[in-house]
Amino acid sequence: MTLDSTRTEGAGAAPDGSAKILQALASSERPTPPGPLSTSLTFGWRALLKIKHVPEQLFDVTVFPVMFTLLFTFLFGGALAGSTEDYIQFLLPGIMVQGVIMITMYTGTTLRTDLEKGVFDRFRSLPIWRPSALVGMLLGDAVRFTISLTVTALLGLVLGWRPGGGFGGFLVGAALILLFSFSLGWVWTFLSLLLRTSGSVMGVSMLVITPLTFGSNIFVDPSTMPGWLQAFVEVNPVSHLVTSVRAVMGGIDPGASLPLTIVWSAALIAVFGTLTMWRYRDAR
Amino acid sequence: MNDLAIETHGLVKVFGSNRAVDGVDLAIPRGGVHGFLGPNGAGKTTTIRVLATLARPDGGTARVLGRDVVTEANEVRQRVSLTGQFASVDEDLTGRENLRLIGRLFGHRGAAARRRADELLDAFGLGDAGDRQVKKYSGGMRRRIDIAASIVVTPELLFLDEPTTGLDPRSRNEVWDIVRAMVSSGTTVLLTTQYLDEADQLADRISVIDRGKVIAEGTSTELKASVGSGSLHVRVMDRVDREAARAILERELAVDVREEADPNALSANVDEQGRVTRALSALDDARIPLAQFSLGQPTLDEVFLSLTGHPAEETTETEVDAA
Repeated sequence: MTLDSTRTEGAGAAPDGSAKILQALASSERPTPPGPLSTSLTFGWRALLKIKHVPEQLFDVTVFPVMFTLLFTFLFGGALAGSTEDYIQFLLPGIMVQGVIMITMYTGTTLRTDLEKGVFDRFRSLPIWRPSALVGMLLGDAVRFTISLTVTALLGLVLGWRPGGGFGGFLVGAALILLFSFSLGWVWTFLSLLLRTSGSVMGVSMLVITPLTFGSNIFVDPSTMPGWLQAFVEVNPVSHLVTSVRAVMGGIDPGASLPLTIVWSAALIAVFGTLTMWRYRDAR
Repeated sequence: MNDLAIETHGLVKVFGSNRAVDGVDLAIPRGGVHGFLGPNGAGKTTTIRVLATLARPDGGTARVLGRDVVTEANEVRQRVSLTGQFASVDEDLTGRENLRLIGRLFGHRGAAARRRADELLDAFGLGDAGDRQVKKYSGGMRRRIDIAASIVVTPELLFLDEPTTGLDPRSRNEVWDIVRAMVSSGTTVLLTTQYLDEADQLADRISVIDRGKVIAEGTSTELKASVGSGSLHVRVMDRVDREAARAILERELAVDVREEADPNALSANVDEQGRVTRALSALDDARIPLAQFSLGQPTLDEVFLSLTGHPAEETTETEVDAA
């Protein structure tokens, strides 16, 4: 005499649904596991799909560079170089770097959000090259960075920027910026695996980015700075990047700054890539 | 190689000072559904995360389908799938895009990935919703797309972490039907749940987990036998009668009768249903009017009370953190 009446039988998915599920399960096709490049590009595709569905993501890469370029050109142009036209020749390569580095910050907060939503649990449970989800995310970001660079360059041309290196010089400079921001991205991926909320990832990122960009040769020639600040600017990798981008876009020899930029990029990947993957094993 | 789906010895996972998994030994055969039953914070999810290679154990060993979860993690990942407590597909993408993404990550070429996605959407009744973003799905649709994502390439072992938490009864039945279909096709399912009812419906064997330890294991019948075959709930019309009713019930049932938080309610675990009939007549003879009475299977709380001596506790901070 069981008086419990909570049992409800059947009443679920239609029987043909179960049959179709059985059929789907029966096709036990196991494709060849794809290589690291293929899975990374697939995750890059995911990033592009996200841009398609959430186009608001492109707001920052278009508005930031326009705002920075206009603000700093007209704020400092007259005072620092006598005219905005002269100043923009000096400033524009630097402001491209500044714009992209500011946007790299979102890599960390995006990853933190993904981790919280559990979607990375699925990616981490797949039999694929471990870093590919992160590499793909950074590749997707490279598309956003390219948009930012293009917007800045076009606005610069309108304002009178005339780079001596021509279009070829611009492409080499842009490639350098993309390489460095891809490398810097691993700092943010590590931070977002270390810190628990996207707010704190954002806060710490600002703390790193502000001295890196403003404590550099982006806005002014370091020769007028006090010695201690010059020393910092000298070792700041962003300064090397800006120097080499300025040189290749201006059509002159970048000297030691070019290999230094590449060495810095490799070192960032080696150190923060390794730290990221170490945290990624136990990510939550 | 052996024929165990899961084999662990002294498995430990520590978060700070909290031993979320504290020496778990399991030997789960292939085939069928094995249930992990326990309250929030018992360590079910953490155990699953270790077994699915998402978290590294701090002690002990775990082999899944004969492979070590630490040293042969990639081998394990090729054979298992995980469906989490929270939908672990990308909410910004459409259902079809999510399935294509996973298909491509497993090595399906563009057209094959698309075909597989269409087949699964159709089988799970999501054909019409395939091009909508997952964030716009209902709870039941979301759980279905999540399970579909787990079988893009058919796994040998599927971890289902609280698949029906937060679902309405209809969607819950749909998920149960899907699980039954998968089992009949030969997939082993490890299911965690807070509901005895769910474990009862689906699981062949159940491990009861509490505070990071397995405290009991057996079929649902065996577990229920440990707390008596049934659970009697009585609610008296007038609360002043409760003490008298309790005395009568204890005499007639010959077991302990508990006073519930509700000042009118009593409950008891009973073995013999014949005694229940007599006990209810005795209450009638004593002219103690009842508001209601019921005899049903023991609840999770009662299983816990009996097995652990403490009631199933609610969520602890640390497990939420770990989840």
